[in-house]
Amino acid sequence: MTAISDRKAVKSTSISGPAAKPRPGALATSGSPLVRPPAAAHLSDEQVAELGRELDAIKDDILAKRGASDAAYIRRVIKIQRGLELSGRAALLMGRNKAAWVTGTALLSAAKILENMEIGHNILHGQWDWMRDPDIHSTTWEWDFVTPARSWQHTHNDLHHRWTNVIGKDNDVGYNLLRMDGDQPWKPHNLGNPLYNAILAPIFEWGIAIYDLELADYQEGKKSKEALQKDLKALGIKAIKQFTKDYAATPAVAMLTGSGKQALYGTLTANAVRNVWAHAVIFCGHFPEGADTFTEEMVEGETRGDWYVRQMIGSANISGSKFMHIMTGNLSHQIEHHLFPDLPSNRYAEVAPKVQEICKRYGLPYTTGPLLKQVGSSWAKVFKLALPGKTKS
Amino acid sequence: MIRLRKLARAATVLTTPLAPEDILALFNPVFSARQLRGVVTKVVPETADSATIHFRPGRGWKAHKAGQWARIGVELDGVRHWRSYSLSAPAGQDPAITVSDVGAVSGVLVRNTKPGDVLFLAPPQGDFVLPEHPRPLLMLTAGSGITPVMSMIRTLVPHRPDADVVLIHSARTPQDSIFHEELSELADQFPNFRVTHWYTGERGRLDFSSAAGLGELCPDWRQRAAYACGPEGFLDDAEALWSSEAAAHKKAGPFAADPINLIIERFNTSLVGGAGHDGGLVTFEASDREIEADGNTPLLDVGEDAGILMPSGCRMGICHSCLTPLRAGHVRDLRTGEVHGEPGQLIQTCVSAAAGPVNLDI
Repeated sequence: MTAISDRKAVKSTSISGPAAKPRPGALATSGSPLVRPPAAAHLSDEQVAELGRELDAIKDDILAKRGASDAAYIRRVIKIQRGLELSGRAALLMGRNKAAWVTGTALLSAAKILENMEIGHNILHGQWDWMRDPDIHSTTWEWDFVTPARSWQHTHNDLHHRWTNVIGKDNDVGYNLLRMDGDQPWKPHNLGNPLYNAILAPIFEWGIAIYDLELADYQEGKKSKEALQKDLKALGIKAIKQFTKDYAATPAVAMLTGSGKQALYGTLTANAVRNVWAHAVIFCGHFPEGADTFTEEMVEGETRGDWYVRQMIGSANISGSKFMHIMTGNLSHQIEHHLFPDLPSNRYAEVAPKVQEICKRYGLPYTTGPLLKQVGSSWAKVFKLALPGKTKS
Repeated sequence: MIRLRKLARAATVLTTPLAPEDILALFNPVFSARQLRGVVTKVVPETADSATIHFRPGRGWKAHKAGQWARIGVELDGVRHWRSYSLSAPAGQDPAITVSDVGAVSGVLVRNTKPGDVLFLAPPQGDFVLPEHPRPLLMLTAGSGITPVMSMIRTLVPHRPDADVVLIHSARTPQDSIFHEELSELADQFPNFRVTHWYTGERGRLDFSSAAGLGELCPDWRQRAAYACGPEGFLDDAEALWSSEAAAHKKAGPFAADPINLIIERFNTSLVGGAGHDGGLVTFEASDREIEADGNTPLLDVGEDAGILMPSGCRMGICHSCLTPLRAGHVRDLRTGEVHGEPGQLIQTCVSAAAGPVNLDI
């Protein structure tokens, strides 16, 4: 292992050009990083380059096919979501009736899940920008989630997707709250790992909102006071709107039928259901057993092929029905999503078998499993890493 | 109306982050003030490869002046494409565009549009309009250049007894000549409107090289305010004639033709994209900067190197944080080598390089 790393280190220094920029417009198609991750250490530079070309070809194939049917798909999902939202809220207005309450809460929960996952997350990734529809565009979309879309796009699209699972670079590994990797140093407060995670799940949207403020960066002087104040203001405005809609306006209208309290419980429940679901799905993306983390050396001099490799072996899928895939916003195809974050989500299922075949052929892990197993696996990690020491097998 | 707007704002409390109209769009797709749309009411074939599309615009449209054009957005295989078309309907009536099938977008408009279809719209604009005060007019048109002039003729001729309009229209054959019948009828009915059809298939190109050629068709052309619309060469010829006349007659007296009297409408003012890796002059319009860029440097780097506050993110084409509106020209996708570009399109500057001159809205 060490021998291989050293060889790469020497080779890489001789390759790197004189005035190369830290992040060029497109990653190099040949060469190698300082260190290749252990799971990919058996691959030669040429093999990694070839793997990169194969994945590029998969992407090109989808780009060539993408068209009217995809556009119709996202418009249909948006229409269904708005229908669910409208009927859910309407039913909650009569929440005094138990059947109406259950129906309304269920419909609103489903609407919020669809809105955040299959619609919001994916539009904010720019997956539908190609349609050039200003109403379905990454620069104009705002979602039914407390954190403002623009703040989230920065920490998620830019930081998390670029530095996927690189310890010290990708703060999504534990969200500055949990110890989610053995390479993160243990501190006594990590004993609370399971407790923090259990509290985080039902209020996940607030957790993400605070995370997107990048308070740690501010404390370390990496983020200016002005930038923080701007973000705080944007969050304040958004939070007030979100809070008013669900916890004041909807119950107020429901008071007309004497269902004010029930409507409030309904919206609280719907938000909590969405939060628990989103939390579970997102934790299944990179934390189950089998998804690797990386060191900064491994991204130094990373080529296009190596970037693909890191996305694949750092992510985990969830297997299940078509319905489940849609409700996870196709984040059940986390591996494919990380390879091609701006391909339309409805195409991931079609890409998945090809990606899996490539992983098999190149001897790379392709982590997948049913929802409960993956949720269990990521929770197991939350418990194990509460205690000192590494848990990597 | 004001009360309705207040009500809508109040309803936003319940629909945020969406607007109430987004929910209402479930029931009526045209119900959007954010995106101007129009419903096609009638499609009339004009020639073998052209048609007039009448539409009823939604809220946000402003009535057009005769001779103006509008941007029309059409979806082709899921992708919104915008093109500019002259409005051929007279002022004061619901708008209509007359489209000739010359490309992918116009082809779809001519062949596939049917009543009930929704078009995306931008409000009409343009300075190719009738003079404020009545004057004798000369219209020089070629091919589909007749469309804005048709709007002027329809607005003026039947309604103004004092109008004095001469139209010289050039087309390949009578069959290719748009509005042929209607123009002849108008000429029969209104003695103050004269029309000359020039068929290049029979008589060759309309000759503007000397004043004599035009003088034969319209002896008093120097006394008329002239409007010209047609292909590039046609307009260049007209412009050359007017300027040479102006130069020649400068000393001759006060009745000389003056280039100010020629008003021109060009169809195609977009930059011509250089192919391949040539790069070109990048103009950052809002920042008022021009930088010569090669064909391999991302526009993001070009802008940043010039000190422009470019939006940016991952710098590798995945996060879409750097989207910037293209005003004109073409860019090359550094990942695929594909050269593309349409005015108004948002481009990823981190993976796009100049392919010929490029104008960005930043």
